Amino acid sequence: MIAAGEPAPDFTLRDQDGEKVFLSDFKGRKVLLVFYPADFSPVCGDQFSIYQEVKPQIAEQGVELVGVSVDSVWAHKAFREKLGVDTTLLSDFEPKGEVARAYGSYLERAGTANRTLVLVDENGMVAWTHESPHPAEFPGANVIFDALGAR
Amino acid sequence: MPPLGPEDRIRGEGDDLILYADLGCPQCAAAWEEIAARPNRLAFRHFPVASKHPRSPALHAATEAAGAQGRFFEMVDSIYGDHAHVDDPHLWARAERLGLDLQRFEVERRSEAVAARVRAQFESGIRAGVTSTPALFGAHGPRR
Repeated sequence: MIAAGEPAPDFTLRDQDGEKVFLSDFKGRKVLLVFYPADFSPVCGDQFSIYQEVKPQIAEQGVELVGVSVDSVWAHKAFREKLGVDTTLLSDFEPKGEVARAYGSYLERAGTANRTLVLVDENGMVAWTHESPHPAEFPGANVIFDALGAR
Repeated sequence: MPPLGPEDRIRGEGDDLILYADLGCPQCAAAWEEIAARPNRLAFRHFPVASKHPRSPALHAATEAAGAQGRFFEMVDSIYGDHAHVDDPHLWARAERLGLDLQRFEVERRSEAVAARVRAQFESGIRAGVTSTPALFGAHGPRR
């Protein structure tokens, strides 16, 4: 898993609308990369639903939330609609899991990312990371707020 | 995790049991009867995940408004007991059956004060690390 203090590997991935998103798009802002295994799998649903409820408070801290999984852009689009969330979801589809691997978040046997959080600061450096002990357990929003030193 | 206090809705006797629940959540509805029957001093704390259950905030507000007239847990029992019927007319029918002042119920359930109470408990759940509902906590940490 990538560590705080390292430069965040650059990437270009498509979002749920098929638009290209570069990590460098976020330069000057903080971005929290939320790696997760798959759209529509049971725990993921609660993860983004919970984050959606506190998204304004996270945004207040100057942080943008971005999800990354190996799903296609069409799955991301449907997943967002089903959940009623507006978090940008990026498709780490081809080569499969390449970005998750670059961040040390890919589970080779599962073929999906593990549940990890990576906070990238305004200068593109990794500021903080969190790795779930296993994919069934997702980090609550309190973990994010503790990392941001909020409240 | 804030300990039980004057803002809490509490029912029963025994060891403390804190429940963060979403009134729109089917898992909570399924678990409610068993949880409510436990020999515990149960505190019900609001945890509406609105993006997942758009109707939840209104249901939580309805229970607070019922609670202002002394019928909090009766409204919770009623909502979980008949989870398919939770639109406004159903809420009014429930309020009537519970003998509530309907006009007062309507005004209070739409008030800022009630929304703020619900939100404050939701945020306490977030701080406590609640990630799905129902979420139970005893004196010594999370429970089943």
